Amino acid sequence: MKIKFMITAIAGAFALFSMTASADGHALRVGVEGAYPPFSWKESDGSLKGFDIDMAMEVCERLNKECVLIEQEWDGMIPALLAKKFDTIIASMSITEERKKKVDFTIKYYNTPARLVAKTDPGFDGTASGLNGKRLGVQRATTHQCSAEKLYPGAEVVLYATQEEVWQDLVAGRLDAQLSDSLQAFEGFLSLDAGKGYDFLGENLDDVECQGVGAGFTVRKEDSALRDQLSQVILDIRADGTYKALNDKYFAVDIYGS
Amino acid sequence: MTTERTFFEYLVHVSENQSPLDFMLIADHLDKFFFGALLTLEITALALVIGGAMAVPLAIARAYRHRWLNGPIWAFTYVFRGTPLLVQVYLVYYGLAQFDFVRESFLWNPVLSSPWWCALITFSLNTAAYTTEFLRGAIENTAKGEIEAAKACGMSKIQMMRRVILPGAFRRALPAYSNEVIFMLHSSVVLSTITLQDILGVGRWLNGRYYLAYEGFITAMVFYMALVFLISQAFKFWEKKWLGHLRPRTAGSTR
Repeated sequence: MKIKFMITAIAGAFALFSMTASADGHALRVGVEGAYPPFSWKESDGSLKGFDIDMAMEVCERLNKECVLIEQEWDGMIPALLAKKFDTIIASMSITEERKKKVDFTIKYYNTPARLVAKTDPGFDGTASGLNGKRLGVQRATTHQCSAEKLYPGAEVVLYATQEEVWQDLVAGRLDAQLSDSLQAFEGFLSLDAGKGYDFLGENLDDVECQGVGAGFTVRKEDSALRDQLSQVILDIRADGTYKALNDKYFAVDIYGS
Repeated sequence: MTTERTFFEYLVHVSENQSPLDFMLIADHLDKFFFGALLTLEITALALVIGGAMAVPLAIARAYRHRWLNGPIWAFTYVFRGTPLLVQVYLVYYGLAQFDFVRESFLWNPVLSSPWWCALITFSLNTAAYTTEFLRGAIENTAKGEIEAAKACGMSKIQMMRRVILPGAFRRALPAYSNEVIFMLHSSVVLSTITLQDILGVGRWLNGRYYLAYEGFITAMVFYMALVFLISQAFKFWEKKWLGHLRPRTAGSTR
């Protein structure tokens, strides 16, 4: 009796498992981060919010697919995509040549420049010599890690798992400066109470080699059909005004870039 | 000369495009891994020395149920053995930094502001808690006959502790201590979560820099395995030396 029950239970589990597997045709599994406000963050009830999340929902709706958001730590994003844990990444990932060796991208869905942030009047400037010997924080596996190591060879580059930890340590005084996306820096830090007494340092970064040409949705190289579908959705959203509505929900400026 | 260079280029090409693991990239950054190994060893070894030194008096106080000290020491070991090391390190590194009075105190610069010191303090307290408890057990397990013999020889309590009880307890605790050392080495991966470039930190740096999945982790794994091998060999040697009398006899069969 017991054994029979066990077998039914196992069979049931398998059925459930294969159901989720076979649902692939109707579902789009999207890798998202959830620690990068205002692009993505997690509410206290565990739900995900933000520009990237809204973007993912809009994309699924247009492709007539059920959206399955899968949270993933940032430095495991590309490996998880390659391991087929999800079908695409919608998480403000910049389109760079280094990443293109491993994965493929849609056209960009926004492009904002990177910029340094430090205390207001820190007593040094944002050049390579100004940052000599300074502690410069960046999130690991971002384009900013690449830029920081390339543009500021004299700085001690300190790596963090999430951007939120970078802000924490900047406020704690363990970092002299940090490098990140200027828009995220403004919306997620400088405009908040925590960011009082801090300001941008120097100009927007000009480093296409590391920073790439804007953020796109990431797909595996073999999924070129999905890539083209997603690119088309971005064009559609841009054309019919949906993009502007989403943009204005979060930002005072147009983030699509030139 | 030309063939050598083309062969090298061929190796790089194979490594980048055909091999499942980009071994040439790993070889390029091997020096960073060695520096990472130095940091791992440095903090682990220092923590073991400091924690070990703390554990001896604490274990004695616990073993003899000191009226005032036994309770607080029990609470200390209970807290540090009952919570994950990662949580302890986070509390010290990110938690304490939240308070203005900590940041303005004399302890902030250069101690609590530095991830290195935060890690060393937490690791030392953590290993002190574990070492205290099994050393206490080893002290309590001293054979009654040894103590009676020491008394009969007219040793004072301090002499007895120094000459008989502690040496015996250290020997009995040795196998458990080798586990503690290896656990401590494994736990030291926590260093990479507070920005330190230990072995795993370098592995994650490599993965992050080139957007890889395995190369950094597998190299880190090889380094940890090599270190554990060396440590366990060292303890085997010491156990043979100091616990030789407990090994089953082998030579001179009596059959």
